[in-house]
Amino acid sequence: MIRFRIEKRKPLPGWAKIIIPIAAIVVTLILSAIPILIAGGHLWKSYFYLFYGALGTRFNLLETFVKASPLMLTGLAVAFAFRAKFWNIGAEGQLLAGALAATVLGVHMGAVPQPLVLPIIIVAGFIAGGIWASIPAILKTKLKVDDVVSTLLLNYVMIHIMGALLFGPLQQPGSSWPRSSAIIESAQYPVLLMRSRFHMGILIAFLAVFVIWFINKKTTFGYQSKAVGVNIRAAHFGGINTTAVILWTALISGGLAGLAGVGELCAIQYRLIMDISPGYGYSGIVIAMLGNLHPVGVLFSSLFFSVIIVGAQTMSRMTGVPTYIAEVIQGMALMVMLIFLLFTEYKLRVVRK
Amino acid sequence: MVDTKQTVVRMSGITKRFLDVTANQNVTFDLYPGEICALLGENGAGKTTLMNILFGYYACDEGEIFIKGKKADLSAPKDAISRGVGMIHQHFALVPSQTVLENTIIGTDSGKNIFLDLKAARQELLKLQKRFGLQIDPDARVWTLSVGEQQKVEILKALYRDVDILIMDEPTAVLAPAETEELFRTLRSLVEEGRSVVFISHKLNEVMDISDRVVVLRGGRVVAERNTAETSIRELANLMVGRDLLENIEKKSLDPGQFVLEIENLNAINDKNLPALKSLNLAVRQREILGIAGISGNGQTELSEILFGMRHPTDGIIKINGHPLKYGSPASAIQLKMGRIPEDRIDTGLLMDLSVAENMILENHTSPGFHRYGLMKAAKIHQFCDELIGAYNIMTAGRDAVTKSLSGGNLQKVMLARELAGGPAVVIASQPTRGLDVGAMEYIHQRILQERERGAGILLISEDLDEVFALSDRIVVMYEGKIMGGAIAEEASREQIGLWMSGVEK
Repeated sequence: MIRFRIEKRKPLPGWAKIIIPIAAIVVTLILSAIPILIAGGHLWKSYFYLFYGALGTRFNLLETFVKASPLMLTGLAVAFAFRAKFWNIGAEGQLLAGALAATVLGVHMGAVPQPLVLPIIIVAGFIAGGIWASIPAILKTKLKVDDVVSTLLLNYVMIHIMGALLFGPLQQPGSSWPRSSAIIESAQYPVLLMRSRFHMGILIAFLAVFVIWFINKKTTFGYQSKAVGVNIRAAHFGGINTTAVILWTALISGGLAGLAGVGELCAIQYRLIMDISPGYGYSGIVIAMLGNLHPVGVLFSSLFFSVIIVGAQTMSRMTGVPTYIAEVIQGMALMVMLIFLLFTEYKLRVVRK
Repeated sequence: MVDTKQTVVRMSGITKRFLDVTANQNVTFDLYPGEICALLGENGAGKTTLMNILFGYYACDEGEIFIKGKKADLSAPKDAISRGVGMIHQHFALVPSQTVLENTIIGTDSGKNIFLDLKAARQELLKLQKRFGLQIDPDARVWTLSVGEQQKVEILKALYRDVDILIMDEPTAVLAPAETEELFRTLRSLVEEGRSVVFISHKLNEVMDISDRVVVLRGGRVVAERNTAETSIRELANLMVGRDLLENIEKKSLDPGQFVLEIENLNAINDKNLPALKSLNLAVRQREILGIAGISGNGQTELSEILFGMRHPTDGIIKINGHPLKYGSPASAIQLKMGRIPEDRIDTGLLMDLSVAENMILENHTSPGFHRYGLMKAAKIHQFCDELIGAYNIMTAGRDAVTKSLSGGNLQKVMLARELAGGPAVVIASQPTRGLDVGAMEYIHQRILQERERGAGILLISEDLDEVFALSDRIVVMYEGKIMGGAIAEEASREQIGLWMSGVEK
């Protein structure tokens, strides 16, 4: 009889942290063959168009970056919060808070000198997302309210606030749709490359990756945030103001998600609509996990997600496999990564009897 | 060691490797009915590993196990339990939020049915309690119990499962002397009924006290087997470490200086909202070690937590070097130069998942030497940590090694290195050598004495009376949140201290 036992293993060497996500992606792509075949797609053609559609032409490649930028920001937001064990499931709501702030300012700042408009909007979007995330952080630190529940539920609160405003004061005059007026031109992110949508927000996302890496690695705050995440009691014992650390962590986390909302508004939609985010905040959770909560990991996992999302459209056109396949692959990527992460701490041993 | 006697357990040729470490090498171990067999050895000698194999927790790489004459393939603890083998680990496997009764029936048939038959289980539990004198309220929630009481629950759990081979992994490490006595009485009553007990320990006095037979492990091998009646502490000590280990503490006589720690009229309540400290007064001077003896659960934990800034008192004044301590603020304790050695170094003292370096800088990473505008000065930090690792002779792969990879003694060295680095004015050491082997214990004792010579005032809270007597200049005894009495260490008698510990006033 053969039995399996799960045993603890020695800490893995550093390179494993890089190999594991890559292996997870490879395994995910192999497993994706199953739903592709079920959907009746031709296997090699489907894979070809998946990658061709995302990377094959200049426009598609740049489109992949366009799609990656909000994912990168929400992924960073979640990763930064999770590292401190602030379970921020609310990046979606924080993204909407950022977009809402950008809308209010973007529609009404015609009188402000042009070079100041975007900086103000970006800062305001960051702060709006941050404030929305700091509500559950305050509830957690002061009243011990569970952060998973409160961050998640606040997403719905924000959706309804947004809905109320879009049917009310923010609604475009004369429109019967729940949409705002367009933002002024100086509030739009500049497009950086001709004949594409490659906009400034993409650079902001990359910059955010670097900044978060820098905070984590080089600053006392990054150290404190990690210490709180590892063992809040020991961090408190060591003199760290854990309440302040959680609040600031939440503020930065929510701010990053807010920036994702600003980007979608100022570079893609130019006006607030109900479905400004197709669930970027939730995807951010998966991306953060796939990226092992590391900013560089988030960079690559958000690009991977974006390849799947953008490529799935071409694949669907060319082979008839529905675009929903992209969501199936995303879900599988999370499952595979979680299983792989399990095996970084444990190993399976075969016991023969 | 009568070979003709029937064994209840026979482990033969057991070898167990963990990657590159061989924890047990060709070990043969027999256990007979009705005996208490001590498994003696230093930390890391392979005692716990061997018993974890018998308990089905680990699979051995080589060797065979026979239980009650039958070959046993154990792939999980439930296989061992079904054969009558129970094990009580150092860290208890209890559900804190559940009651004693609920904990007892977890995993048993009465706990597995959809409908709980609590009535029958309660009868059974009460019967067991009466039979072995293990009195605990079956409806008490486990988190409200003291460590000694929780251990009783673990024993009851094992008995409830009809265990007749009971393995106890360093059961006295967490107990006060009186609780130890009680435990020993229970163990004796168990073997009188024909059960067998394996008693894992590195405490020689206790092994001499309780066991019928001693098996000594060193470096994963059995080095000796003795009938307890035919051996001596000195012989066992030599067998265990291969050297003479009786600690020889030389204490210089020093004149104490000014008061560095003053506690006046301190009152506090514990987690159960009961009074934990009642108008406590204490004072420690420079170059002086004040030892607090006492059975655990008499307010020592609360006192140390208040001093560490981890708990609020209800009333009272604490002054460090004349400055009032801000309550509930570890930062205040650090700022007033208090070196703090918590009894719970794994959960409170250390960040086990971070590196050694990240633990060492926990309290001073915001000091000007280690950062500028919030940017950490890596070179300075590396130098600081490497110096501490060298100075304290910490066995680690390096400053970047993850802390949980260190052994117990080295963990405590990291703790000391961090807490003593700033040259504290006062050191609060709570159970500083609990669970450590003899070598590490000696080292910690020397360090504490060095701090005394340097000029620190030291408050030593310990359940280990030998330790309190060996280190202290003055000894006070805590009982039910009060100081029962105190004496100069040289003049104190163990009898008097013992009486105070049990609440008897002279």
